[in-house]
Amino acid sequence: MIIIVIIVLLVIFSVVFSFVSPWTYVPIAADWSEIDLLLTATLWITGAVFVAVSLFMAYALYKYRQSAGNRADFEPENKRLELILAVATSVGVIAMLAPGLVVWNKYITVPDDAKIVEAVGQQWSWAFRLPGEDGEFGLVSTHDIYETPFGVSASDPAGSDDIIIDDNELHLLLGQPVKMVLRSIDVLHNFYVPQFRAKMDLVPGIVTYFWITPTRTGTFEIICAELCGVGHSQMRGYVVVDEKKEYNEWLAEQETYAKLVANERNDNVEYAQNSE
Amino acid sequence: MVSTNIEDSELDSHGPQTFLTKYVWSQDHKVIAIQYMGTATAIGLVALVLSWFMRLQIGFPDTFDFIDSESYYQYVTMHGMIMVIYLLTAFFLGGFGNYLIPLMVGARDMVFPYLNMLSYWFYLLSVIILASSFFVPGGATGAGWTLYPPQSILEGTPGSDWGIILMLVSLIVFIIAFTMGGLNYVITVLQARTEGMTMMRLPLTIWGIFVATIMGLLAFPALFVGGVMMMFDKVLGTSFFIPAIVSMGESLEYGGGSPLLFQHLFWFFGHPEVYIVALPGFGIVSDLISVHARKNIFGYRQMVWAIVIIGALSFIVWAHHMYVSGMDPAFGFFFAITTLIIALPTAIKVYNWVLTLWRGNIHFTLPMLFAIAFVFTFVVGGLTGLFLGNVVVDVPLSDTYFVVAHFHMVMGVAPVLVVFGAIYHWYPKATGRMMNQTMGHIHFWVTFIGTYLIFFPMHFLGFVGIPRRYFTFDGLDFIPESALTLNAAISIAAFVVGAAQMVFLFNLFWSIRNGKKADGNPWRATSMEWQTPQTPPVHGNWGASLPVVHRWAYDYSLPGVEEDFVPQTIPVAEGEMDER
Ligand code: HEM
Ligand SMILES: [Cu+2]
Ligand SMILES: [Cu+2]
Repeated sequence: MIIIVIIVLLVIFSVVFSFVSPWTYVPIAADWSEIDLLLTATLWITGAVFVAVSLFMAYALYKYRQSAGNRADFEPENKRLELILAVATSVGVIAMLAPGLVVWNKYITVPDDAKIVEAVGQQWSWAFRLPGEDGEFGLVSTHDIYETPFGVSASDPAGSDDIIIDDNELHLLLGQPVKMVLRSIDVLHNFYVPQFRAKMDLVPGIVTYFWITPTRTGTFEIICAELCGVGHSQMRGYVVVDEKKEYNEWLAEQETYAKLVANERNDNVEYAQNSE
Repeated sequence: MVSTNIEDSELDSHGPQTFLTKYVWSQDHKVIAIQYMGTATAIGLVALVLSWFMRLQIGFPDTFDFIDSESYYQYVTMHGMIMVIYLLTAFFLGGFGNYLIPLMVGARDMVFPYLNMLSYWFYLLSVIILASSFFVPGGATGAGWTLYPPQSILEGTPGSDWGIILMLVSLIVFIIAFTMGGLNYVITVLQARTEGMTMMRLPLTIWGIFVATIMGLLAFPALFVGGVMMMFDKVLGTSFFIPAIVSMGESLEYGGGSPLLFQHLFWFFGHPEVYIVALPGFGIVSDLISVHARKNIFGYRQMVWAIVIIGALSFIVWAHHMYVSGMDPAFGFFFAITTLIIALPTAIKVYNWVLTLWRGNIHFTLPMLFAIAFVFTFVVGGLTGLFLGNVVVDVPLSDTYFVVAHFHMVMGVAPVLVVFGAIYHWYPKATGRMMNQTMGHIHFWVTFIGTYLIFFPMHFLGFVGIPRRYFTFDGLDFIPESALTLNAAISIAAFVVGAAQMVFLFNLFWSIRNGKKADGNPWRATSMEWQTPQTPPVHGNWGASLPVVHRWAYDYSLPGVEEDFVPQTIPVAEGEMDER
């Protein structure tokens, strides 16, 4: 009998907890409010089913508890009831799945006006690359990563104006759709900014992507959401979403690949002269 | 039909007599079952202790010196792997499968008793290899129970030298053990059913174990090849899973491999694995509810089909674990659809359990309490699966504590509750005594309420976006301060729940001598294991001749019959309303 009370209490606890919980989505900063909407809708639908099934069970337990003179019914099957329940469940599932697939289609379809930005993960830090004026990334090779900055191939002209951001902080322009192109040079990682809702793994050997439109300025944490070794929980970065002016100021401070190579050559020359 | 190599018409049981052959090198399915259960429990305790260590770190960060990032990931990995494979799979199939299949189908033993014995010893070997990996240089692997390469075999991950090799060897040995046992279970169910025991008269427990075993036989090979290939990558320097990469400032010799290939192999095994521990649980719970509510299981045929369909479908949903893995995102459509289709037969099972209670005569025995707790927990875990299966909703939640909460509810707590319920239920058959009620109730209440308090709030940490497999949340600004308080509270609940398991263990041993004496059928159940001539059943199970089955396993509260149950061995009386 206590079990009935406990079940009812647990249901009440769960419902109250859901409403008063201070632990909920962090304020969104990208154009994925559909995902929040679907999540909330799913929570309501599943919550209702949970309450209904649990309370029905509690009621059955109460009503048909053992007592003198009580005898169970013999009812092996009830085709009609089984059919009704199956159909109702299917309807509920389709109601959640159909909009889910529509939004997924949007998630994987990058709009034409999206600018590309590359994020590169390694144990345990982030770096970024912008394609520069030509809008195209130069070829890279993982093996050359210690030969040239970022492993950008010296022979590919598209690479010379690439902007290399060898720093844990990336700036994005407010309202500008971006296609985040993801690469890893060692193990799996995952680019996740909770405020953006979106995430995707970085997989060595292939290039993965997702896209977002930042909808609010601010500084947001990039965290790695795929186990990548002992430093996994320390692999942090920042995305700063800027208005046009601040963004351009930041952009002006960044160096292109050609510039970096030139600097390096100068450094080397200086180094050679000094050590003579 | 009947083909076990123990002859009929033994006048007396003349099983092995020496201690060694009777209890150690035993070929008796009942002894092997107990051996499996004992070993699984022992290694399961290790996993439990590891969960405490993790909760110490999460709840009270920087308080305990012996836990650093490395050891944390080793705990996570070993805890997960032990719980899923070495505890639950072994317990359900090696333990309950062994004990119950021959008894419930009316056979004298498994069809290949010698192979069955070997299966146990290989299992034990795999457990020893696994446990020894804690003590090798570098310690156990900390690659996560998913063992994703390249990380799992590269520097930067704990145990990437010996730990991972021992883990792979242990898994391979386990799979060999499972295959030997599994062939036995399947063939015994197909070939050794006694006269009259048609497939559609089998208790759902057997259906669950039977289908789960077939699934295991089809799914484990994927893990096996994945393990062997990874071993080649690690030891021989092949590149099945490793593309050109650099590691710790050095270009490695690898090139051309695909990390995603391993993920596909892993989850082609891993998803069915979830159901390998779930289906036996489904079956057992159906029987517990039916026996203790004194009512036939509602919609038996539908339940059988649901088990079979879930088993089949679970082979085409694996990539729902990989929605954000970088595989072609278009696969998301297919796998979201198949995944949500599985929700249907699963929901039907839940309805049928609840409808079995409806108009029953419910006895609140310990097995029944655990069964009810299972249904409640499973409903939560099943419903949260709808979030993660629905591809785009999974995006913000994947790899957060929402996932941790979901899979603990659905494949951690729920199956464990069934294991407990089943032990309280069948203990009198195996020992001739009941387990102590008071200790049983303490164990039940703390476990049921405690695990709910541990895992329910975790979903909300997932909504915040708090990532799983994090040694420290230090310095993460998006996580509110209050989440740390919640984590401390969850940890305390985890310690209390863990302590309650000690009460259970004590009870298990204490009741062997001190429990109330039980007769051969204390729950007044219909199925065959309760109809053995001796309790506990002796070697050969059935005495002089095999029993004959006349009806299904669910003739409870049959109209026109005074008793509220009719065992399967009783012939159908004239004019009796008989279902099957
Ligand atoms: C009271 C009991 C339990 C507690 C307190 C507990 C706690 C935990 C914790 C703290 C983690 C690591 C979370 C993280 O850092 O990501 C974890 C992971 C895990 N647990 Fe449990 N657990 C319990 C029981 C179980 C059971 C019964 C199973 C059986 C299926 C299980 C399966 C797993 C798995 C598969 C993982 C994932 C490992 C990984 O991320 O590689 N746990 N558990
Ligand atoms: Cu990581
Ligand atoms: Cu799955």
